[in-house]
Amino acid sequence: MHEDKSITLRDEPADPQAAGGEVLYREMFRIAGNDFEHGGEAATRVKALLTQLGFPPEAIRRLSIANFEAEMNVIMYADEAQLELAVLPDAVRVTITDRGQGIPDIEWAMKEGNSTATPEMRARGFGAGLGLPNIKRNADEFSISSTVNVGTTVSYVVYANGRSGGDAR
Amino acid sequence: MRAVVGLLDCEVVCGQEALDTPVGACFAADLMSDVLAFSSPDALLITGLTSVQSVHTAHVADCVGILFVSGKRPSPEALQLGRDMSIPLLSTARSMFEACGVLAENGLTASART
Repeated sequence: MHEDKSITLRDEPADPQAAGGEVLYREMFRIAGNDFEHGGEAATRVKALLTQLGFPPEAIRRLSIANFEAEMNVIMYADEAQLELAVLPDAVRVTITDRGQGIPDIEWAMKEGNSTATPEMRARGFGAGLGLPNIKRNADEFSISSTVNVGTTVSYVVYANGRSGGDAR
Repeated sequence: MRAVVGLLDCEVVCGQEALDTPVGACFAADLMSDVLAFSSPDALLITGLTSVQSVHTAHVADCVGILFVSGKRPSPEALQLGRDMSIPLLSTARSMFEACGVLAENGLTASART
């Protein structure tokens, strides 16, 4: 019943797509579904890049945690995805667009503890229903949209100095 | 971290060069999402999960090192990543419960994000 329906949940005040102005640096990373062996590499590479660019460590940690959870979500549930990293003057925006089964009920999936993970996923230390809430918790702006049997797009922004761009956390 | 090695009779699997890093606190879990959600920076990660994801988790969560319990050792991929990132990987024969007990008795505290 959901096949042709796109569902969007956006409960943060600002639109991540609108955050921050000019893109200073952009890079795309490919993530392959079911590729547990390389799960975490994209998050690790992004962390190294932002460290090199001088992004504050606290903001890097929050973004890296969000990236790792998002990357593992793709590996566990999708066929493949592209992670787009956009470095803005005062923030970093990440958009992950996957091709896959999609999420029939986003509100359900956003609740801590809700998960459709297999035992193999849990044996890898993931799949406890913390991924999406954890991404949202670490991001200053967050949005997700999904179409069943097409895919899911998750987008989030982490500001260098906290949510408003001015308040240190 | 050098004191942890002594207290738990650890094998230093890699990262000998970084053993002087202070341990801020400890976080014990086999669920990496718990580490990502609830740990604070500079924690020693205590786990039985030996896959490469344990090292990626330690890296993104700014953990100072990983202590593998129950005699477990990192997988070859995890070991290579630990070496590449200079993250100390320790292994103790003690169980998770015993290791946490010894570290708590010796003054180490729980890592928790406020």
